[in-house]
Amino acid sequence: MGLTGEEWEVLRLSIKVASASVLVSLPVALLVAHALARWRFPGKSLVDAFIHLPLVLPPVVIGYFLLLLLGRRGAVGSFLDQHLGIVFAFRWTGAAIAAAVMGFPLMVRAIRLSIEAIDERLEGAAYTLGARPVRVFATIVVPLALPGVVTGALLGFARSLGEFGATITFVSNIPGETRTLPLAIYTYTQVPNGDVQALRLSLIAVAVSLVSLLISEVLARRAVAATKGHDVAH
Amino acid sequence: MLRIDVEGAAGSLRLQVAFQSQADVIALFGRSGAGKTTLVNMIAGLRRPDRGRIEVDGAVLFDSAEGIDLPPWRRRVGYVFQEGRLFPHLSVRRNLLYGCSVVPPPDRRITLDAIVSLLGLSDLLERRPANLSGGEKQRVVIGRALLAHPKLLLLDEPLAGLDGHRKDEVLHYIELMRDEVGVPAVYVSHSIEEVVRLADDVVVLAHGMVSAFGSVEDVMGRPELRSSTGIFEGGSVIDAKVVAQDVDYDLATLAFDGGELTVTNLDALIGEPIRLRIRARDVSIALEAPRAVSIQNVLQATIVSVGTPQNGIVSVTMTVGSVPLRSRVTQRAVDQLGLKPGQPVFALVKAVSLDRRSVGRA
Repeated sequence: MGLTGEEWEVLRLSIKVASASVLVSLPVALLVAHALARWRFPGKSLVDAFIHLPLVLPPVVIGYFLLLLLGRRGAVGSFLDQHLGIVFAFRWTGAAIAAAVMGFPLMVRAIRLSIEAIDERLEGAAYTLGARPVRVFATIVVPLALPGVVTGALLGFARSLGEFGATITFVSNIPGETRTLPLAIYTYTQVPNGDVQALRLSLIAVAVSLVSLLISEVLARRAVAATKGHDVAH
Repeated sequence: MLRIDVEGAAGSLRLQVAFQSQADVIALFGRSGAGKTTLVNMIAGLRRPDRGRIEVDGAVLFDSAEGIDLPPWRRRVGYVFQEGRLFPHLSVRRNLLYGCSVVPPPDRRITLDAIVSLLGLSDLLERRPANLSGGEKQRVVIGRALLAHPKLLLLDEPLAGLDGHRKDEVLHYIELMRDEVGVPAVYVSHSIEEVVRLADDVVVLAHGMVSAFGSVEDVMGRPELRSSTGIFEGGSVIDAKVVAQDVDYDLATLAFDGGELTVTNLDALIGEPIRLRIRARDVSIALEAPRAVSIQNVLQATIVSVGTPQNGIVSVTMTVGSVPLRSRVTQRAVDQLGLKPGQPVFALVKAVSLDRRSVGRA
């Protein structure tokens, strides 16, 4: 069964939105995870709780807040629109932001756990060798946390593919712009005779999820091997 | 020149340490829990003293009064950790070079090649740390610290956790490093053999305080330090030179200004300077030169002092040439022989009591 042009479009858009959300949020998640794992600062548990909000709030609420904040008339959104010409509302980039926010706590959790598992004394050793904190982060912390980074990226990607509530609230359900897989499936279930289309799209979603799981499994295994420190066969 | 005057706390331990030394190798000696690692971490900048001043070679690393507290990456203090701390995801080569890139080129005195050949690392360069033996790991850690071109090297019990054979191997490389590289070092240990072999000055730490400080020869002979170290055992340290090797019997003859000493199983070339430690309980005293006796070392000595008996044991200090030599004998022996200061005697030392653990390159 070949995919129809419309199905391709939905699939391409979903992957584009999910990839963009991971690319944008991964560096931020790394820094935040490092801060939560290693730094001591006042209000840390408050920051921690705030980051976890998307896990516990209804996604629609997150979407609504994004609308208030980044919508054309929102506090930040109006500034971006008027001064920089950047608009997120009802664009695929807005869908990526909604997905990134929803996936962020999952990413931070996975990365934070693997940073906490790193022997902190290795960072001390790097300092005595003349390495500044930024270099220690880039050459010691990130490589050793790689298994967690891969896992976090996959969780974020999967969460983005499945994002529904925040997306439809923030950027609506516009074919070719913000209608990702879950939104398309939902749309077909709302029209008469849409059952077959909804089922086909659902199967596509299963296939995409399986493939990304397999890829991340391979990457994670390589990352773990690289950080364990055994000789690598060439 | 290392100047230390710091106060600080680590858990329940109050640390208060002050000393200064010009020595090439300064030993920090004491029981575990005496504050040795805490002090070394303060020098490296990994732990902050409450108050005080740390100065290496004229450069102030920490001064609470002046508000100076250099971060560890600006201190140029190398650190050889007890547990190694090699970066597990990097090859030996990349571990070695990790600290090298931040050193300005004019300051680079040592090349990778020189370190690799000095520490015997050429076969290990592409290996990963997890596949190295304990001794190999410590050699790489030493090389890594040296290639960051430190002004001072801290070695925190680098032989802990190694078995006897590996210990000797790494100790040998540390001696080579001391002689070839010329970076002043602070060597933390609770092993008297290591201290005697490597160090010039000793700082004895007990409960966070300096209980003795001085040259190895001086500090090692002071029996009153026993309580602060527990394993302390009176003895004498003698600097000598190899003058002959007897391959058939596996014996070496060492000369010092009080005479000659025969030791077993010494891996050294003729002319090489050697330092050896003679435990006081391995030295016997005779009024006449004994004949037909298995003891290989008979030295002419003069008694300097006879101590007061403790549990029936007396500490007798003699001089052999210009070198002090200590002996522990029973009170009854002192009375039977009538030992008193100024008396000429013969000091007897079994060659086998001078094993390779008490003999090292000076």
